[in-house]
Amino acid sequence: MEIKNVQMEATKAENPTVIRILWREIFKDKLALISLIFLVLVTTLVYGISFVLDQSEIVKVDLFAIHEAPGEEFILGTDYGGRDVFGQLIIGTRNSLTIGFLVTLMSGIIGIVFGLVAGYFGGHVDNVMMRILDFFNVLPFLMIVIVFVSLVPKYNTITFSLIMTVFLWMGIARLIRSKALQEKELDYVQASRTLGSSHFKIIFKEVMPNITSLIVVTMTLNLAANIGIESGLSFLGFGFPESTPSLGTLLSYATNPQTLESRWWVWVPAAVLILLLMLAVRNVGEALRRAADARQRRG
Amino acid sequence: MWKFIVRRLLITFPQIVLLSILIFLMAQSMPGDALTGLLDPNIDQSTIQEQRERMGLNDPWHIKYADWVGGLVQGDLGQSFRFKMDVSELISQRMENTILLSIVTLIFTYLMAIPLGITSGRYNDTLLDQAITGYTYVGFATPLFIFGLIMLFIFGYQLGWFPTSGSVAPGMVPGTLDYWISKLKHVMLPALSMALIQTVSTVQYLRSEIVDTKQKDFIITARAKGASESRVYNRHIFRNSLLPIAAFFGWEITTLISGTVFIEQIFGYPGMGLLFLESINMRDYSVVTALVLLFGIAQILGALLSDIILSLVDPRIRIK
Repeated sequence: MEIKNVQMEATKAENPTVIRILWREIFKDKLALISLIFLVLVTTLVYGISFVLDQSEIVKVDLFAIHEAPGEEFILGTDYGGRDVFGQLIIGTRNSLTIGFLVTLMSGIIGIVFGLVAGYFGGHVDNVMMRILDFFNVLPFLMIVIVFVSLVPKYNTITFSLIMTVFLWMGIARLIRSKALQEKELDYVQASRTLGSSHFKIIFKEVMPNITSLIVVTMTLNLAANIGIESGLSFLGFGFPESTPSLGTLLSYATNPQTLESRWWVWVPAAVLILLLMLAVRNVGEALRRAADARQRRG
Repeated sequence: MWKFIVRRLLITFPQIVLLSILIFLMAQSMPGDALTGLLDPNIDQSTIQEQRERMGLNDPWHIKYADWVGGLVQGDLGQSFRFKMDVSELISQRMENTILLSIVTLIFTYLMAIPLGITSGRYNDTLLDQAITGYTYVGFATPLFIFGLIMLFIFGYQLGWFPTSGSVAPGMVPGTLDYWISKLKHVMLPALSMALIQTVSTVQYLRSEIVDTKQKDFIITARAKGASESRVYNRHIFRNSLLPIAAFFGWEITTLISGTVFIEQIFGYPGMGLLFLESINMRDYSVVTALVLLFGIAQILGALLSDIILSLVDPRIRIK
């Protein structure tokens, strides 16, 4: 009886799509759901408010309002240039998120294509491509990026994210490659090949859709990492310039001992926000990771 | 075994050569050269040209590269534009501090990782394990520089337990006992901050290794033989799980390198990472080049070390 029911249910339910499974897992995991709501809220708020806020107005130095404590005029006080911390927090979050998304997307695309091609063809192609990847992997990432950032003449959001991308695609490429190596041994690839499909079609229309879940999970976890890396670089002074605040820029003011010790309003909100953002993205990513592995699913 | 090591070494040399070419090209695109700041601006242009010719600054790039590598092999890293001293001398002053910081960090990292990982793996899914897993989860998501700032704020400023900057109290005579005690005091907080974050991945790895090993047949055999629980854990499981951890040692260097840049900046600790940031801000590019090269080589050797340990530990890698 029991078994029959299960079987009936199984035939009744159509094969759920990848996106469906991912959604279901997030709804089952309360922490991930709260995190997702938090992320959506922060993102809409930040992008929404920054439409109204004028960035050049916020980063304008006001010598009469230096280091003001939080009060009626400035909700979160001002920094050493008399600039509104709350406004910088909003714009900083927007900038950090934008870079995070851009870098994740670009490094994701490079990594996926690289990994798929290396894994699918295997053999010598794989060997050569993996040696290239190994080389990028042993580069001292942080320092090389800092040097490039200080050398690039026309420095802006696009060049900054390009520099980061060039040195950040290896992780996802390695993952996708090992998955593609397994996938190409499966019968459907052989069958498609026998039917005369081109390599291009097999790689991007047949193998890639089969590893969507891995791609979604990795990119989500990468997003958290990239936001961290961007704010870290801005903290050191090699991310966004001061006129384009990021969350890391606000934290960099805390390298001044007095600010760190007695002007909490400058750096604590940014620190808390980065931590919350990274934890939230990770919570969602972990739920997705469980969803991608049928044995670990809760939903 | 040897075949694997030789083959691995054969990959390492091209890596170092490629790294040196990349860094050389980077150095070429940096403003300023060996003559910057050395010349009186009133000197006649033709004299400058003559001097440039004599120093080989007008040579094509491959000859310059050969010269540069020749110098490197002999330990000549060039001259600092800012300090007007040999780069190698400048770096060696700072290297001692960074090495001390790295060693203390590694000690702390493993001192925390091993007991935490074992407890978490042995008593998995208990309250204790959940607490440790929670710590690793949060630690994994926390950027090092934020954690460093918080540590400095709490233990440096609020509680005042540790000095807040420098690597040694002023006026200490090098070599005395007080000097070393002061050094240790200064290194403690930065190292602890870095270790608390860095240890997280090792704890996670050790935990999952132990949970995996627990269910293996040879553990059941050991229990069946009548080995006590502590013997099973300390001799059978721990030894098996520790080896992969040892293999990660080389990769820790990578984490340490980027870690020291942040930590030295936050704690004002005069090491190579801080020197790198100062030099790049002061446009002292010969120092920057030398440091990137050194860190790059350290990282390549770290990866090599890890792969060799891993091949010793795991025969499957050798055969492949």
